[in-house]
Amino acid sequence: MAHTADVVIIGAGALGAACAYFATEQGLRVHIVERGEIAGGTTSACEGNLLVSDKEAGHELDLALYSNQVWRRDLAPYNHLWEFENKGGLIVAATESGARNLAELAGRQREAGIDVTDVAADEVHAYEPHLTEDLTAAAHYPQDCQVQPMLMAAQLIRIARERGARIWTRTEVTDLHRDGDAVAGVVTSRGTIHADHVINAAGTWAGDIARLAGVSVPILPRRGFVLITEPLPRTVFHKVYSGDYVASTTSSDEGLQTSTVIEGTRAGTILIGSSRERVGFDSTVSLPALRQIAAKALTLYPVLAKTKIMRNYHGFRPYCADHLPVIGHDPRAPGLWHASGHEGAGIGLSVGSAKLLVQQLTGREPDLDLTPFAPERFDLVEAS
Amino acid sequence: MTERPRDTASTSPRYDVAVVGAGPAGLAAAVAAAEAGRRVVLVDAGGQPGGQYWRHPDETAPRGDESLGHHDWSTFTALRSRLHGLVRRRRITHLPWRQVWFVERPSVGDEPPAHTLHLTTSYAGADTGGEGPDAVTGDAVILCPGGYDRQLPIPGWDLPGVMAAGGVQALLKGHRTVAGRRAIVAGTGPFLLPVATGLAQAGADVVAVCEAGSITGWSRDPLAAAAVPGKAREALEYATELIRHRIPYRQRTAITAIRGTEAVRSVELSRLDREGRIREDAGTADVDLVALGWGFTPSLELVSATGAATRKDIDDSLVAVVDDEQRATVPGVYVAGEATGVGGAMLAVAEGELAGLMTARDQRAPVSQGNVRTLQKRITRHRRFAAAMHAAHPVPRHWHEWLSPETTVCRCEEVSYRQVCGARDELGAGDARTVKLMARPGMGWCQGRVCGFASAKLAAATEGRALTADDLRPTAKQPFTAPVSLEQLAESPRYE
Amino acid sequence: MSPAHQHDVPDDATAEPERFEVAFDGRPLPATAGQSVGSVLTDAGIRSWRTTRTGHRPRGLFCGIGVCYDCLITVDGEPNQRACLVPARPGMTLSSTVPGNGPFETAGDTDD
Ligand SMILES: Cc1cc2nc3c(=O)[nH]c(=O)nc-3n(C[C@H](O)[C@H](O)[C@H](O)COP(=O)(O)OP(=O)(O)OC[C@H]3O[C@@H](n4cnc5c(N)ncnc54)[C@H](O)[C@@H]3O)c2cc1C
Ligand SMILES: Cc1cc2nc3c(=O)[nH]c(=O)nc-3n(C[C@H](O)[C@H](O)[C@H](O)COP(=O)(O)OP(=O)(O)OC[C@H]3O[C@@H](n4cnc5c(N)ncnc54)[C@H](O)[C@@H]3O)c2cc1C
Ligand code: FES
Repeated sequence: MAHTADVVIIGAGALGAACAYFATEQGLRVHIVERGEIAGGTTSACEGNLLVSDKEAGHELDLALYSNQVWRRDLAPYNHLWEFENKGGLIVAATESGARNLAELAGRQREAGIDVTDVAADEVHAYEPHLTEDLTAAAHYPQDCQVQPMLMAAQLIRIARERGARIWTRTEVTDLHRDGDAVAGVVTSRGTIHADHVINAAGTWAGDIARLAGVSVPILPRRGFVLITEPLPRTVFHKVYSGDYVASTTSSDEGLQTSTVIEGTRAGTILIGSSRERVGFDSTVSLPALRQIAAKALTLYPVLAKTKIMRNYHGFRPYCADHLPVIGHDPRAPGLWHASGHEGAGIGLSVGSAKLLVQQLTGREPDLDLTPFAPERFDLVEAS
Repeated sequence: MTERPRDTASTSPRYDVAVVGAGPAGLAAAVAAAEAGRRVVLVDAGGQPGGQYWRHPDETAPRGDESLGHHDWSTFTALRSRLHGLVRRRRITHLPWRQVWFVERPSVGDEPPAHTLHLTTSYAGADTGGEGPDAVTGDAVILCPGGYDRQLPIPGWDLPGVMAAGGVQALLKGHRTVAGRRAIVAGTGPFLLPVATGLAQAGADVVAVCEAGSITGWSRDPLAAAAVPGKAREALEYATELIRHRIPYRQRTAITAIRGTEAVRSVELSRLDREGRIREDAGTADVDLVALGWGFTPSLELVSATGAATRKDIDDSLVAVVDDEQRATVPGVYVAGEATGVGGAMLAVAEGELAGLMTARDQRAPVSQGNVRTLQKRITRHRRFAAAMHAAHPVPRHWHEWLSPETTVCRCEEVSYRQVCGARDELGAGDARTVKLMARPGMGWCQGRVCGFASAKLAAATEGRALTADDLRPTAKQPFTAPVSLEQLAESPRYE
Repeated sequence: MSPAHQHDVPDDATAEPERFEVAFDGRPLPATAGQSVGSVLTDAGIRSWRTTRTGHRPRGLFCGIGVCYDCLITVDGEPNQRACLVPARPGMTLSSTVPGNGPFETAGDTDD
């Protein structure tokens, strides 16, 4: 195979799929190269929440709000294809200090543009009738929503293919094709594809691709487990989680952290997450992690005590030390672009990230400044 | 590698040998290991020993002759009395009505490499004869989980009155319940015969046995049948019974559609060519019971949970890789019975006994080498017989051509063949795992135990290639080997 | 032959096992000690006791050995028990519906 394209995308996860969608929308000729199957990476091992509520004011929140618009406006005609649900999020607090922290968080978020309603303890059950009685406060986030991530990635790729994109699954990128300093394509297990631009959307493995170009993009795996219940009549209506979740998403602790995140799905199952651990790519199922997740979920929903857990799964979030993704052109390796490192929010942030990247790639001013996500930012930190 | 935090290994009751499954293999394994001086715990999802083959009425409420419909019954009663004796002498702890829901592996460097089995009752309020521990640890574990009927989706197979052939047999043997009045038995393999004759003896009108293969397949290795004379005798018995009850044995014939609204009313039969394509219409039959079986699917969840290697067997089943002394590829793990390859109960007994002896030898207890050799020879003979059986009764290669777009593939999640094809053709799902994640076959209560084999077959058929072990592994890989309540998962285990 | 028994097995194998009734959706069904719930229902000619979530299709016994979960039934208020495994007990109530007014009643649509 010796093909020529405008853009080669490495990885067919949420980010690769979204990039393919927006690039083909601009009429670009796209090839996607995926070493496994479509959406077979972390995108097949996550929960599919599109959240603004779990973010503190800052660059990630700006991206989340932007992405939220892209989901609701640009992709409105397609949202039924991936079970888009405008369900809203509910953060709950169980102690007095938790209630104070939550109120303060909501205040900061409101200033940053998030739509948030304070919910008093005696109003919580109007939102979630089966939640524990032992709550001190809650906050409701109508912008939070949910998709089925694998369907989202597969459908975006299907649409991109209808616009002429080609996908090569079970094809591994083993090297980058160079033209002098510039990256000018990929070398794969099935041949070379020449391209003006190469987008690194290799998720947790994006650091390996960067290394092929001789640059460093320090993305590490952060393991997470999720429990899945038997199918039930609808019991959980929002995305429900405890206030400590926000602290855990922004922490860099290596040890096991769990915080409760609970949501119902179309299929009737309830997903109960999740844990965060930095244990490399160790895929041994950790009973202590699962027990912690279960115990915390029970405190929120005692009604689920006898509910059966049918299975669990885990994935490796692509994680950067500063908890920001890597998006945009890499000046250290002209022609190479990154759309990776979205940690625990890569589904939600995928479409915004991809739209911005394609704006930059086609020479337009991105709707949101991409400087905070610049790939070379880590070199600057190391140098200083 | 890093040291992993352990959940329970240090505190759960510890045994020299933990055996899972009290069927032919597990029963023989537990007894052999205990008689060789090992302290043994025997965990079983069922309430009394026997497994699938020797399923019999509740021993506390016997219903006439226990041995009714059984073969090799005296082998069972001998094993059972040895078990009871060993239980009385506290050499074996028998934990009935318990399912292993999680296998906790040893930490790197643990000596011996002990596995901890986490247990849950088989049903709410099960009478487990006292509290019992929530987890047990075995310095060695012998996995004898058996298997279940292998199924192929066909139009209408989700109607009430359509049952797995083994399920019909389980009702007969365990409860003396006849699942229907007018029955048809279909699929492939010799197991269809005891089901048909069992039904007829219990008073059902059996309209036919439909065998998709043909017995001429056996001629490929005629000596294999001779290697296990008991089997030939059994076959003759069944043939006589079929004649006595005037049950036609229709070869190269399959049920290709099942009709009914609230329950099955009739079936459509087709004659098949050698490759399993429909050659011609073979009429219809009015029935209220359809018993379907396409061989067996070994239960590989526990084996996969230990990380032991698996392979594809000659009958397209995923099985554990074991050496000629029943050791799996992971230290401390032994496997016996259907999980090493489908081959019948007597093979399972021989493997179980050998595994029991080997755990003892590996723990430095004396074991007679003569016994070991005799068992190995018996296993070899039975394996040869099984190979001939599998060769004669393959799953029809073109079976999927019988499906209509509306045919339910996954009974739990009600996924149609059309949806499976859509995931593949429109969404680009290239393997069974991706089809499952996009269209949900295998995502429901049974976690693909029923449709997993068919889904793997469909994935391979699409690419026009043979089934591989990788097609089958995702279904066997279940991080929970049985459902567990949120409450039990959340609690630290109890040990009394 | 007379095996050594672990529990109190009547020595006389011809002794009649206990007979009793269970209630299925309010209807009394005869049962014999040791029978599974699935076998009691089958003996009474009942082939299905639940409907599926999406297609509302009738379901009853399929695998017969605890693997397929097609036979789920509510036993004494405990939902999702496998009829093929649970032994029948005197006075047991079996129900084809999941306890509807229990914890999982449907709340109003909260979409904003
Ligand atoms: C437990 C858990 C829960 C989560 N919950 C949420 C949530 O609720 N909401 C949310 O937004 N996010 C969530 N996430 C995070 C989200 O899953 C990820 O951020 C997102 O899936 C990343 O997508 P990706 O496309 O970057 O990576 P991936 O999906 O991993 O895709 C990368 C692809 O690149 C391929 N690849 C790698 N190297 C090569 C190569 N050399 N050649 C060819 N192909 C290659 C891989 O095979 C892979 O398919 C969760 C994650 C976990 C683990
Ligand atoms: C429904 C059915 C009926 C059959 N009827 C006949 C027949 O009539 N004639 C015939 O020749 N062959 C029959 N077979 C085939 C026969 O069962 C096997 O050849 C033989 O029983 C294999 O013995 P085994 O010890 O390997 O497994 P099994 O007899 O299947 O025993 C395995 C045991 O392990 C237990 N187990 C499995 N997983 C777990 C777990 N996670 N935790 C705890 N316990 C567990 C099971 O409950 C079971 O008691 C039948 C098979 C099935 C599935
Ligand atoms: S009939 Fe399959 S689980 Fe009961």
